[in-house]
Amino acid sequence: MPQIANIVVSVLFDGLAYAMFLFITAVGLSVTMGLMGFVNLAHGAFAMAGGFVVVSLTRSYGIDFIPSLLIAAVLIGLISVRFEKRLYRRLYKSTDLEQVLLTIGLAFMAIAAFTYFYGPIPKSVPLPHWLEGDVNLGFRRFPSYRAFLIVVGAALIAVLWYVFENTNIGAKIRAAVDNRRMAESVGINVDRLFTLTFAVGSGLAALGGGLAIQLFGLTPSFAVLYLVLFLIVVAVGGLGSLKGTLLAALVIGIIDTGGKYAFPVAGNLFIYAITALVLLIKPSGFYGRE
Amino acid sequence: MSETKPRTSAFFEARDRATDYLVRRHHLRWPEVLPWLVAIACFFLFPNRMTFGSQVLIMIMFALSLDLILGYAGIVTLGHAAFFGIGAYTVALASLKLGWSEPISGLFGAAVIAGLVGVVVGWFILRYRGLTLLMLTIAFAAMLQESGNLRSDITGGYDGLPGLTFDPLLGAFQYDLYGHTNYWYALAALAVVFYLVRRIVYSPFGQTLTGIRENVRRMHSIGSPVHRRLVTVYAISAAIAGVAGALFTQTNAYVTLTVFDFDSSAKVMVMLILGGTGRLYGPFLGATVYMVLEDYFSKLSPTFWQFGIGILLVLTVLFARRGLLGVAEDFVRLRLSGRAGDAAPRRLVWKPEHWKALGASALDGAILGFLIGFAANLSRTELMSSFVAGTPARAFIFTLGGAAIGAGINAVYLLITSRSAVAGAAS
Amino acid sequence: MRMLHWLGAAALAMTVGGTAQAADVKIGVVLPFSGANADLGHQMDKAFDLYVKLHAKDIAPNTVTLIKRDEGPPTGAAAKTVATELITNDKVNLLTGFSFSPSAIALAPVVTQAKVPMIISNAGTAWITNLSPYIVRLSFSMWHPAYPMGAYAYDKVGCKTAAVAYTDFPPGKDSTEAFETGFKKAGGKVVLSIPMGSPVQVPDFTPFFQRIKDAHPDCMYVFIPSGAHATGVMKAYGELGMRKAGIKLIGPMDLIPDNKLQDMGDAAIGTIVMGHYAVDLDNAANKAFNAEWHKAYGADSYPDFMSAQAWDTMHAIFDTIKKLNGNMTDGAKVVEAMKGWSADGPRGHVMIDPTTRDIVQDEHAMEVYRKPDGKLGERILGTTKAVKDECKVLKVGRCGS
Repeated sequence: MPQIANIVVSVLFDGLAYAMFLFITAVGLSVTMGLMGFVNLAHGAFAMAGGFVVVSLTRSYGIDFIPSLLIAAVLIGLISVRFEKRLYRRLYKSTDLEQVLLTIGLAFMAIAAFTYFYGPIPKSVPLPHWLEGDVNLGFRRFPSYRAFLIVVGAALIAVLWYVFENTNIGAKIRAAVDNRRMAESVGINVDRLFTLTFAVGSGLAALGGGLAIQLFGLTPSFAVLYLVLFLIVVAVGGLGSLKGTLLAALVIGIIDTGGKYAFPVAGNLFIYAITALVLLIKPSGFYGRE
Repeated sequence: MSETKPRTSAFFEARDRATDYLVRRHHLRWPEVLPWLVAIACFFLFPNRMTFGSQVLIMIMFALSLDLILGYAGIVTLGHAAFFGIGAYTVALASLKLGWSEPISGLFGAAVIAGLVGVVVGWFILRYRGLTLLMLTIAFAAMLQESGNLRSDITGGYDGLPGLTFDPLLGAFQYDLYGHTNYWYALAALAVVFYLVRRIVYSPFGQTLTGIRENVRRMHSIGSPVHRRLVTVYAISAAIAGVAGALFTQTNAYVTLTVFDFDSSAKVMVMLILGGTGRLYGPFLGATVYMVLEDYFSKLSPTFWQFGIGILLVLTVLFARRGLLGVAEDFVRLRLSGRAGDAAPRRLVWKPEHWKALGASALDGAILGFLIGFAANLSRTELMSSFVAGTPARAFIFTLGGAAIGAGINAVYLLITSRSAVAGAAS
Repeated sequence: MRMLHWLGAAALAMTVGGTAQAADVKIGVVLPFSGANADLGHQMDKAFDLYVKLHAKDIAPNTVTLIKRDEGPPTGAAAKTVATELITNDKVNLLTGFSFSPSAIALAPVVTQAKVPMIISNAGTAWITNLSPYIVRLSFSMWHPAYPMGAYAYDKVGCKTAAVAYTDFPPGKDSTEAFETGFKKAGGKVVLSIPMGSPVQVPDFTPFFQRIKDAHPDCMYVFIPSGAHATGVMKAYGELGMRKAGIKLIGPMDLIPDNKLQDMGDAAIGTIVMGHYAVDLDNAANKAFNAEWHKAYGADSYPDFMSAQAWDTMHAIFDTIKKLNGNMTDGAKVVEAMKGWSADGPRGHVMIDPTTRDIVQDEHAMEVYRKPDGKLGERILGTTKAVKDECKVLKVGRCGS
């Protein structure tokens, strides 16, 4: 029996850490898609770019891992504003298909450009010593980095939750996601709101990219490799819903980890089966608008 | 709401024109012969490149199947490779396990199986639209791939099924090294499929589909069986994708599970949008341009060809909204309608906001320059452990250079567009 | 005697001057230059270029032209199209490269039909060489490292029980099957066998390894494609504290590619792999190879086992050009000339088995350790000489046909 309990704890812990990565990276995508209906397939490219900024900062500028993560998030967030103003803004009114084409094109360009500068070999980052090895939480030991991931995720969720539910900006975003025209007619500048959420979302993606280096290693093709996974989290959670994205990340993260533990033969079948099942029953995801 | 206005002669005139249009629009027009002439000409111009040529034809057919549901019925899918894969595996397994290696009947078999699966899947998923539908299609293709890997004893997994043999075409034509038989075979199959699609698109059934795409509520309210129509067209499209997949297996004599890849679904969609959706010849142009450029860029630089493709896509969206075929149409129309604007003076009007635009491009250029300067010291070094720290001076120079280049490019762009703006205003 | 000498020289002059004019041998190089596996292509491409640069004079007056094409993703189809066109359009004399087994498998009927030799410098599915008489392989079969590892793990590493974990695609299955065959023969017991997802995406390895940790075998044998996966394996292994728990990590050399070794950190120390190459391999040819590599590509760039294979591949091609005086148009003759080729390369003494057209090479058991200069290195623990592809010796499955 303690053996079973041990397994359950491991699966929950690893699944939770995985879920936090998914949440951090996908939440920006969910909000921008909910707000503007903009299909941003270049979201993974921002995450990848963030990861490489972290690599550069730690490796060639000697900055520690944690400050590098923050700098990368802010830097990519700011740069994404330029992309939003120059390219994305032109396509708000156009069809999903054009948005798909533009953002896939951007992702391709990003992959080629980063391959040029960083090469195709997977990169890793030096971690501070307290993040290596494992940590004793009293009843058993856990990998430190995953514990760190969970803490960062929890902190971010708390901040986002507060902003979303208790501030003026959060109220405006929720209003605009619910009914954009109505929000505009009461004087909310949805365009500016979108720029803001886009920047924050891309910054968070960059943070997620930086955090993922330790999990998967970082290559330029990160930009598209995990894109489907992010889209799944967004769709299963419901567009523009913080709560939904979190729940979806948890469900996908934990069930995938558990599935891999118990039935490794099935591979990724679990993730897709769950996605299909949830969407067939609840087409707009857990907390999406019907 | 019913029409209550009195009917004027203008009304009848308009109605006649509309009927006339509907009657005539499915007639063959002379430019429609062009793609086929080009395809035939290619055979004589590039006899050594027919292996590639047949792949292009197969992708055209695949894109055409997608156009039927995406362009005409508005069903957005990123999992169409599922049906391509089903078709591909149908002929492979039929040849390997059942010894059924006659190619043409194999195509029919693939169409039937893929079509049947299309009916079942479509019946479930076509109640949904938008992102939900998109994710369901992705999930379906991915589940097929994963289950295929689960039974790699049957499918050969990611190493695939080698050594597939197919009978000579019509009992007479062997598959040759140069792919000549394959090319004619694929071209003939494409012609047949295209004829069917053309019939469907211009039939009343096709009209219903366009109606569903444009306004699904209205179609519901006038009593059109929307779901059944969608499932039907989805199944037809699935069958065509299956035929394309079967051709793929037959021409390569090989198939692996990668036919179900997400990449393949995404690529065919990109080809279609590039060419222009909802146009019969969009797939022809899109698939050809994409594949020829991919081939060209990848020879130019095997490592970085993706950059060229990426730029192509971005430029298409920014300057050619309706795809390459849309641009071509506009161009032809402009030519036909005469040059009304020609007499207008073509001079540059410099407005204050142009300075702002220049400033913005300079900023973009500076950001890009800074980033490259920031990363430049990393280039060509592979092991991260011993990087040299970048010099701030280099980052600074790159920033300034980027700003200058950005502003310069925009200045040239403005010089061109501002001129034509004047010309347009006068016409 | 002197007369005879003269005659010989005259005859030689006639053959050189008369029949074989200086030929330009066209070599089609098919390697992945884009996508997730681009680094595999680069490792081999650099070795090809380096060899050609250094040895172009050896085949004078003949010359070679390398025509490089992107192998693309491991689908088979992309590589088949470009390689077929290399034959039909560019008229290459022979094809080389091929990272992925599907590419080689898909192309096999084409080279048979076109009678163009395909000299494989990586693709490792065991039965590939059986598919066409025009295939010659200078890299390895999955059985090369995995089969001897079985006995070595039981006898020397002290593994009585083992878990196997592999990326779920045919080379992974090949490799684990070979290991299990050798391991069981030696008396070991495989307690757990875990497939770890498709080769396309690097998964989160933790759940798989957690399962192994809970089963507590003496050793775990891991096979992953030698790309982005390797770093992930080492991280998960380190994070879960499996070495402390007494589970040794063993595998084929794909687990610790030389060009990623320095990035793997302390977790890699103590890992024991079986393989045919490491930068630390102690032989003259390897020292020269490494020196030239660093001179050409910088001190931070390392060759890996694929680079060594590519180097030997080009070596064999050049020797054949010399042997045939640049007369490379007849594919059957080229393959015939290559059979039995042997040389001392970076991997040590290698030979092409005349009957199977597959490589015969030494396999080394190697352990990762920290060198005095602080870098990670590989220490040779033991060597099995002249290993043949055991799959074809035992005639397992498709290898028997």
